[in-house]
Amino acid sequence: MKPITINDLCITFGAVQVLHNISLDVKAGECFGLVGESGSGKSTILRCISRLNDSWTGDVRIGDSAVRDMEVSDRCRMMQMVFQDPYGSLHPRHSIRTTLEEGLRINKLDDREGRMIRAMRDVGLPVEFLDRYPHQLSGGQRQRVAIARALILEPDVLLLDEPTSALDVSVQAEVLNLLVRLQKEKGFTYLMVSHDLAVVDHMCDRFAIMQHGRVVEVLPREAITQGGATQTYAQDLIGASLEYEHAI
Amino acid sequence: MDPILDIRNLSIRYQGSAEPAVRNVSFTLGRERLGIVGESGSGKSTVGRAIMRLLDTAELTADKMTFEEVDLLNASERQMLKVRGQRMSMILQDPKFSLNPIQRCGHQIAEAYRTHVRCTKAEARQRAVEMLEQVHIRDPERVYDMYPHEVSGGMGQRVMIAMMLLTSPDLVIADEPTSALDVTIRLQVLRILDGLVRDKGIGLVMISHDLNLVRAFCDRVLIMYAGRLVETLDAKHLDRAQHPYTQGLLAAQPRIGGPRGPLSVLDRQDSWLNAQGEVA
Repeated sequence: MKPITINDLCITFGAVQVLHNISLDVKAGECFGLVGESGSGKSTILRCISRLNDSWTGDVRIGDSAVRDMEVSDRCRMMQMVFQDPYGSLHPRHSIRTTLEEGLRINKLDDREGRMIRAMRDVGLPVEFLDRYPHQLSGGQRQRVAIARALILEPDVLLLDEPTSALDVSVQAEVLNLLVRLQKEKGFTYLMVSHDLAVVDHMCDRFAIMQHGRVVEVLPREAITQGGATQTYAQDLIGASLEYEHAI
Repeated sequence: MDPILDIRNLSIRYQGSAEPAVRNVSFTLGRERLGIVGESGSGKSTVGRAIMRLLDTAELTADKMTFEEVDLLNASERQMLKVRGQRMSMILQDPKFSLNPIQRCGHQIAEAYRTHVRCTKAEARQRAVEMLEQVHIRDPERVYDMYPHEVSGGMGQRVMIAMMLLTSPDLVIADEPTSALDVTIRLQVLRILDGLVRDKGIGLVMISHDLNLVRAFCDRVLIMYAGRLVETLDAKHLDRAQHPYTQGLLAAQPRIGGPRGPLSVLDRQDSWLNAQGEVA
């Protein structure tokens, strides 16, 4: 279990500053949510942490080590990302076996077959699915493969970018249950982007509300139902979500 | 009161597929708000498109499919051109893709109006600006001259609503009208649509995957599963759903303030594929 510490993270795309001095502390083993409207920079934070975007300034640490100073292989072993769209994030011409094996091969891990079988079991897919291709799986099954691909490298931190928003509620329930179970079993630290406060309320211990590339407020989960947001935008967002839910 | 829409045993099969995408769907629509709910691939959007007769390659069969006095099964395309956009119109999911990116918003609204109503350009502009005001756009003259990329998602969707309601249709089909929008503006857009639909007495078919949304904004709900109608319910009695699929969908939804135990998961039964919802 490792904490994530973000200090003064800024990034500029062209003339636009997309993230303004983001500072967040995610505790070890915590599920931390990022919410906000589209374009508020939630996903960009994950992309900065994972260094898919690398033109940022500031300091991001996982445990004691700065992500900038880590070797690529160490970084990949320490954190993995699950993307929003399971249709777009798996290679269409690679079988599930190829997809899962690639990370093991690159990281020179032994017992590849055993690890793949365990990963498939962990995400609740039949082992025979290793020889299938993504188009032979449903959306929920694909997202399970994406999760298996992330956890097969035994990371400490999982970055989840709207892991269920492309899925139906019925399938979303399966994937959320899976994520909760894996966190209990393996002690992952989750940093999860979501636009759905109900999902955040179900999964997260704390969450940050973002607007225009700034963190407006960091709140515990209870703040959704019991109030406690002090910033206007945070109150508006929670209010709108509660109203939308036709509260309780 | 005569129904606006009367559909009996509608089946739709896409070209090149052995199985029909929709089978034996029957319902009627009066001046009310009807929700169609189901998972992706359940055929709900296909039904919406079939009503608009937008599926030119698919094979449509039905015992009856009428919109007011128009027989949708046998109407010629020439007849449909008069109906579509004037007497029935459709609001699509994402304004980013459904507005023409190289034409000004207002121009597109005026064009839609002039396609169906004989009038001068100045008149059409006037009507378009009024309509923009009705969808609560604060500075309609300015928005009239903006391009779609210059407006936000919520505003784009209101432009779509303005365009679709300007010809005073009797039937509006809204296909996931707010799923591309942020939760903060979703309600606002829905309320505007709802207000106009009620004021003008329009029949609304709201296609959505979101049970909460139809609960709040519809009178009646059809539940679809794998191309079949499994249940028809009054929106306010959604909690009393009988079919295990509907119950499963309701239970799978995480709720704010809900218990954090594992969410219940659908246990899909083959018998659901034989089930027939009663004719609404």
